[in-house]
Amino acid sequence: MNNSAFVLMLAASMVAATPIALAALGELLAERSGVLNLGVEGMMLIGAVVAFQTGTKTGNLWVALLVGSLAGAALSAVHAVLTITLRASQIVTGLSLTIFGTGLATFVGKSIEGMPLAVDFRPTPWGPLADLPVIGPVLFKQDPIVYATIVLGFVIAFYLRRTRTGLSLRSVGESPATADSMGIPVALFRYIHVLLGGLLAGAAGAYLVLGQVPSWSQESTTGGLGWIALALVVFASWQPVRLLLGAFLFGFSRQLNFFLQGQGVAVPAELLSMLPYLLTIIVLVVWGSRDLRRRVGAPDALGIAYVRDER
Amino acid sequence: MTRRRRAGIVLAAAAALVAACSSNTAGSGGNATGGTSGTGTAAKVKVAFVYVGPVGDAGWTKKHDDGRKELEAALGDKIQTTFLESVPEGAESEATFERLAREGNKVIFATSFGYMDQMLAVAAKYPDVVFMHATGYKTSANMGTYFGAAEEARYLSGMAAGSATKSNKLGYVAAFPIPEVIRGINAFTLGAQKVNPNVTVDVVWTSTWFNPTTEKEAAQSLLNKGIDVIGQHQDTPGPGEAAEAAGAKWVGYNDDMSRFAPKAWLTAPMWDWGPLYIKTVQDVMAGTWKTGQYYGTMADGLVKLAPVAESVPADVRAAIEDTQKKIISGEFAPFTGPISKQDGSSAYAAGAKATLEELLKMDYFVKGVNGSASGKG
Repeated sequence: MNNSAFVLMLAASMVAATPIALAALGELLAERSGVLNLGVEGMMLIGAVVAFQTGTKTGNLWVALLVGSLAGAALSAVHAVLTITLRASQIVTGLSLTIFGTGLATFVGKSIEGMPLAVDFRPTPWGPLADLPVIGPVLFKQDPIVYATIVLGFVIAFYLRRTRTGLSLRSVGESPATADSMGIPVALFRYIHVLLGGLLAGAAGAYLVLGQVPSWSQESTTGGLGWIALALVVFASWQPVRLLLGAFLFGFSRQLNFFLQGQGVAVPAELLSMLPYLLTIIVLVVWGSRDLRRRVGAPDALGIAYVRDER
Repeated sequence: MTRRRRAGIVLAAAAALVAACSSNTAGSGGNATGGTSGTGTAAKVKVAFVYVGPVGDAGWTKKHDDGRKELEAALGDKIQTTFLESVPEGAESEATFERLAREGNKVIFATSFGYMDQMLAVAAKYPDVVFMHATGYKTSANMGTYFGAAEEARYLSGMAAGSATKSNKLGYVAAFPIPEVIRGINAFTLGAQKVNPNVTVDVVWTSTWFNPTTEKEAAQSLLNKGIDVIGQHQDTPGPGEAAEAAGAKWVGYNDDMSRFAPKAWLTAPMWDWGPLYIKTVQDVMAGTWKTGQYYGTMADGLVKLAPVAESVPADVRAAIEDTQKKIISGEFAPFTGPISKQDGSSAYAAGAKATLEELLKMDYFVKGVNGSASGKG
């Protein structure tokens, strides 16, 4: 049963969901602090290309993952300085970050085009648990990053709901003026969470080349996943656990296309390829309406630069 | 395609900047009709290439760029080549062709189907420039087409695949349901059936030429069904990476991609564009170039088969080599009857051969293929 095409498809959905979930969890942290970063796609690409280069030079997956993540964080630092300290438009800065990141990654990646990567993350089964029907292959026969992503989702949920710092973070995102008057360092909170967002986006990009397809394919390496991660944050109403489920759903919809074709069901493939863009449009619609934003659970001060003594 | 577009625009803009700068420094005459300059020194013939993907794609575009390099090596300082990569198909490509023609390029090669109508429109405006369009079917007085019989090499690669399967179930990751792809799948199937009459070939459509993740996921869906050999009409080694991880076998495309999946690798149909590019430019320089539809074959070297892996049994390798000789000598063609269509009706009676025109229009699967030739599941 565990070798049936359907169970194997569910297991593959987990792998497809992981990079989206990682990047979206990072974006969730940044947005919870009140900073929208549309540069996810660019940060992922930088993370991917740097991780690939590092993996080729060191042959060590974990070092590659770490350096790739740091590269993503470095790019997000640009966004942090521009939007938090200099109060530039978050939307314009974020979009520029994607364009810049894409160009830079393509340039840096020239030397590794058409090269294979010798190392990659392989599934590590959890002993007898991996043989459980259905949930064995889906949950206990994955690579370490899949496990780590799930754990991270729950850790972030706990952080937001049950810790003092998490509460402070939420107040920074909802009402920075109030948080400020209570002595919470608004700018510092925003800096840290934007950087964490970049770190996770970098990790997501690194996972694409270290765990999914061990080759560098320019902007096709991410192929729009960064935009889907952005949409996913809204889809999940800024809730980490809901976000994990949403990511799985998206991974599932990708696999479903080929699974249905294989079963002889007539689904025009074009229809399913449209999904990411539809989701992005929904984000923009929600973005446009303040009322709608509040109703779906967006942090109140999202997208607004904070200036003390200014209302 | 659309996903590529965003960055494609950026790239195209950057490439345009670079090209604009270089043409400013080199442009002494700047006349679109070119020719020799007033001082009497022979001007270099400018040749431009427009690619749909990046030159580092390890497949389709890389092979075209290898051809461009061969052209430079062969004709040296008599010519000057430029290329633009990741140029989006459709309306946006027209401005690119227009600009290249205006900059004094004497020959412009375009390497993707979706450039066809735009190139035709620009060709009408620049009668002194030779336009060459790969994979299309529209021509004019100064626009020719070029492509080749990949089906010959696909048939041979199918023989390797048919011998490598234990489950008798082969899979094929395919981009778009157009005749070029369909006849490739059919040739692959017929070759596999030649050495193993029991094989079937399951097809999945990806709706993309170049997306490693999608291609790998599509291959994975085939492997999940117990398929143990994967073929592809895609431009990345993604399907091979899925096969390698699953311990299955793999037939690649465009180039020797064995380094991406050394254990899974069987062989691949390949292109060699260099000789064609050299001949075309030489003909243009000599004034003997004529428009037409060029369809290269294994016999004239445009289509090749990558070295067949050692894992393929020696007798099969010998049979592949023997069949290749017969294809080159014209003794054998992959689409020779008896051939039945998917539904069991007859496509070709025993001994009948498909004409080139029929091949270029092929829109049905042969018996043994599972999937829809109209692109639905």
